[in-house]
Amino acid sequence: MATMIMKQPPTGGFSFENCKRNAVVEGSLNNSGGSLPAARKTGTTICGVVFKDGVVLGADTRATEGMIVADKNCSKIHYISPNIYCCGAGTAADTEMTTQIISSNLELHSLSTGRSPRVATANRMLKQMLFRYQGYIGAALVLGGVDCNGPHLYSIYPHGSTDKLPYVTMGSGSLAAMAVFEDRYKPDMEEEAAKRLVRDAIAAGIFNDLGSGSNIDLCVISKGKVDYIRPHDEANKKGVRTGDYKYTRGTTGVLTKAVKPLDLELLVESVQTMDTS
Amino acid sequence: MEQPVGAHWHRVRLNTRMISAQSFGDSGKMKEYHYTGPVEQRFSPYAFNGGTVLAVAGEDFAIVASDTRLSEGYSIHSRDSPKCYKLTDTTVIGCSGFHGDCLTLTKIIDARLKMYKHSNNKMMTSGAIAAMLSTILYGRRFFPYYVYNIIGGLDEEGKGAVYSFDPVGSYQRDTYKAGGSASAMLQPLLDNQIGFKNMEGVQHVPLSKDKAVQLVKDVFISAAERDVYTGDALRICVITKEGIDEQTMPLRKD
Repeated sequence: MATMIMKQPPTGGFSFENCKRNAVVEGSLNNSGGSLPAARKTGTTICGVVFKDGVVLGADTRATEGMIVADKNCSKIHYISPNIYCCGAGTAADTEMTTQIISSNLELHSLSTGRSPRVATANRMLKQMLFRYQGYIGAALVLGGVDCNGPHLYSIYPHGSTDKLPYVTMGSGSLAAMAVFEDRYKPDMEEEAAKRLVRDAIAAGIFNDLGSGSNIDLCVISKGKVDYIRPHDEANKKGVRTGDYKYTRGTTGVLTKAVKPLDLELLVESVQTMDTS
Repeated sequence: MEQPVGAHWHRVRLNTRMISAQSFGDSGKMKEYHYTGPVEQRFSPYAFNGGTVLAVAGEDFAIVASDTRLSEGYSIHSRDSPKCYKLTDTTVIGCSGFHGDCLTLTKIIDARLKMYKHSNNKMMTSGAIAAMLSTILYGRRFFPYYVYNIIGGLDEEGKGAVYSFDPVGSYQRDTYKAGGSASAMLQPLLDNQIGFKNMEGVQHVPLSKDKAVQLVKDVFISAAERDVYTGDALRICVITKEGIDEQTMPLRKD
């Protein structure tokens, strides 16, 4: 007797349909000697500190693919709104896209409310999105900004938990940076002292953590003013090479040469403006 | 990283009913599976401590160079741990990989050098050291020394010699070789600049000592840019018939 197959009502949440297919693809790739492309992680040091008039965010600029440096000068401090910026650690694509999505939604929200966006709103949007994806979006963020209620700083973890604190660090170099903060943080610092502290914390990550490196970017947000300093400190300059490695023309051997003339007609091109009224 | 622990049966209590995994054993009495005792976490006898080594052989000189960073995972153990070890007045060995095995292996080589000197009344030549190292490494074929070795020195005729090894003792004589974490980045560059590979119409000028040292420095600067395990400082040992000259140059510290 044929068994009855009940159609399951669609369950909410994540669909794992593609996991089996991915496993098969990975298996066949491994057999033929290839491998799946690895998601690029930023292996980072990011941090933020609240000072008297606002917040200072800091980040290093190295992006790694495994243990090879993929980008020596990438930008990890992302724009959310004119008064809110967000540093991102973890999977590079995830931090980039997540901050862009929330930035876009926050701008729409701000136009709808007619008010300048608040940091708590950005925080709530980010954590609700990350929780919805149950940690599969590998984005560890440091969110900072100044709104009508003053300066605020949040750290947001990939699973969606957040902490509201006066100083936070994230990324593989977070322990090195936090060591500096725990030593020298004081409440209500002046701007210059706060910038020095963040610079030193990121430098600790750069020199003591292999996943972080290159330069230090800072973002100083205070009421009505944002200072996006990139780079604030070129902590590592490339060594100067003494040899000359230029190749003269003709060094690369040409094996065969085939010239194909393309028969092209010359058309006159004109632009007609579209009626957008 | 957490390793998965082997599965074991649970005894689960649900309200007043006891559900446990039970089966009937040979004697007819019920056996209950319940794992007690220590659970073995995966222990690895090896660690990867990073580092890059490079050796170049010239007409009457040899160069062995290495960076001085000792790392593990994302941390740095030491910024001043060179990987070149002087064996004789005409031979230097570069060892990278697992630092524990590097230290033990160099101790063993030193002891064997002494034994040879005392029984044969002469110092071992570079070729002899290379052949001996191959047998030492193969002796541990089934629990290898996790070390990538490159020997640089002068042969009996006074010409530069480089011998490169794999962890279990396969070796060959080369003109130039890079080993360690950034070897895949350095070797193609050396193939082009020293071996004149993939170039046409270029004069094959024999490498002079100063040009070779300059090339080694430039090549390590590039390796330190892209490999996180390479950096801090560069130690170069230049071997000529006059002796071994050591130089140190700073590299990126990030």
